[in-house]
Amino acid sequence: MPDVKKIHTPLKEEEICRLVAGDHVLLSGILYTARDAAHARLVELIKRGEKLPIDLEYQAFYYAGPTPAPPGRVIGSIGPTTSSRMDVYTPQLLAAGLKGMIGKGERSPTVIDAIVKHKAIYFAATGGAGALLAQRVVSCDVVAFEDLGCEAIHRLEVVDFPLIVINDCFGNDFYKQSRAKYGMRSGAHGSTTR
Amino acid sequence: MLPDDVLRALENALNKEESVTGRNVLEQLIENARIAREQRIPICQDTGITVVFLEIGQDVHISGGTLYEAVNGGVRIGYTEGYLRKSVVAHPLLRKNTEDNTPAVIHAKIVPGDKLVGTIVPKGAGSENMSATKMLKPSDGAEGVVEFVVETVKKAGSNPCPPLIVGIGLGGTLEMACLLSKKALIREVGKPADNPTDAELEQRTIEAINATGIGPGGLGGRVTALAVHVESFPCHIASLPVAVTLQCHAARHAGFVI
Repeated sequence: MPDVKKIHTPLKEEEICRLVAGDHVLLSGILYTARDAAHARLVELIKRGEKLPIDLEYQAFYYAGPTPAPPGRVIGSIGPTTSSRMDVYTPQLLAAGLKGMIGKGERSPTVIDAIVKHKAIYFAATGGAGALLAQRVVSCDVVAFEDLGCEAIHRLEVVDFPLIVINDCFGNDFYKQSRAKYGMRSGAHGSTTR
Repeated sequence: MLPDDVLRALENALNKEESVTGRNVLEQLIENARIAREQRIPICQDTGITVVFLEIGQDVHISGGTLYEAVNGGVRIGYTEGYLRKSVVAHPLLRKNTEDNTPAVIHAKIVPGDKLVGTIVPKGAGSENMSATKMLKPSDGAEGVVEFVVETVKKAGSNPCPPLIVGIGLGGTLEMACLLSKKALIREVGKPADNPTDAELEQRTIEAINATGIGPGGLGGRVTALAVHVESFPCHIASLPVAVTLQCHAARHAGFVI
């Protein structure tokens, strides 16, 4: 296991600025879940100049929709969903104060620029490790858009949630860096891909 | 729950992987499978849209209701009483959740005999969304197929939750190739195709995919695919249809025989 940095939400700028792409992180504090439908509603509210159901300042979103909690459990399974579906909404939310995002997969150049501009940060959680990640969730409450079911905004309290920094506030992209490293080395015998 | 064949494939991958971050992802996935099994919670929150393959013996007579109602009734009970996520919307544009994960996507085939064989493949969207199909030219040959599959995997990057199981449907028509690529996922992970040409294509393709460097979780490494499965069918003299269904490591499948 590589070196790990511990961080907390709300995400202050100095906390974000000490993280770089590729860092392994254990995050504790509050996360808000938001998927496609919740993003669409939040951005619509921002456009209309209306009050949002949650305060975004220094907060972090977890792109995820849990399975229902069986009796006696806090939550079911909760791993990340594909982040790029939120790209179209992300710049407006960063402008409104959101600082952290957790998901899986590459972000668009527009989002990466907005991350640098607003001194924000994008982390990946391991896709498909929903049972493991659920162990780090100590509370879960629906706080907005309840009618959306699993797509509602849930307020999660997490302890030592394992993440890796993908896009830091300096414009680095860990997916690109790591692919270049392993892709190039295998280039010599990768000629079947012509 | 993660089937044993997939778990074995993940453990083998851990032996092959050189990247520290990649190994870390594989260890998390193996640990995840253990937790899910012990605590009886889903390995992944995306418990899928339910794809069901049915092989209906032509001597079978079904009475007391329709077969499709029975399948959907089972899906309804499984997803509500089993605490699985309801991930199906009634219309692709209106997007209202059906609240019980119905309807299932059902592919039925009539076969000889008096048995009804079903295979259930809950299909997550993270990998499904990165799947693709293309009508190649016959002159593109095996090389063209490998190139298209690798291009699809590269474009998908970390989105479909690698390490992947890659289903390739080759031949038939547009829709047949897609169906074959999905059916390819139900074979035991890593078992080569019976047809030697298809088996050779599988080998060639997995080598090319694992040379991309995408790695576990897309975080760099040697193991981007756990297996490549090819299913082929005769096709038109002018066609070379190819379809690629990407399947994440949460390759759940279960079957029944009645």
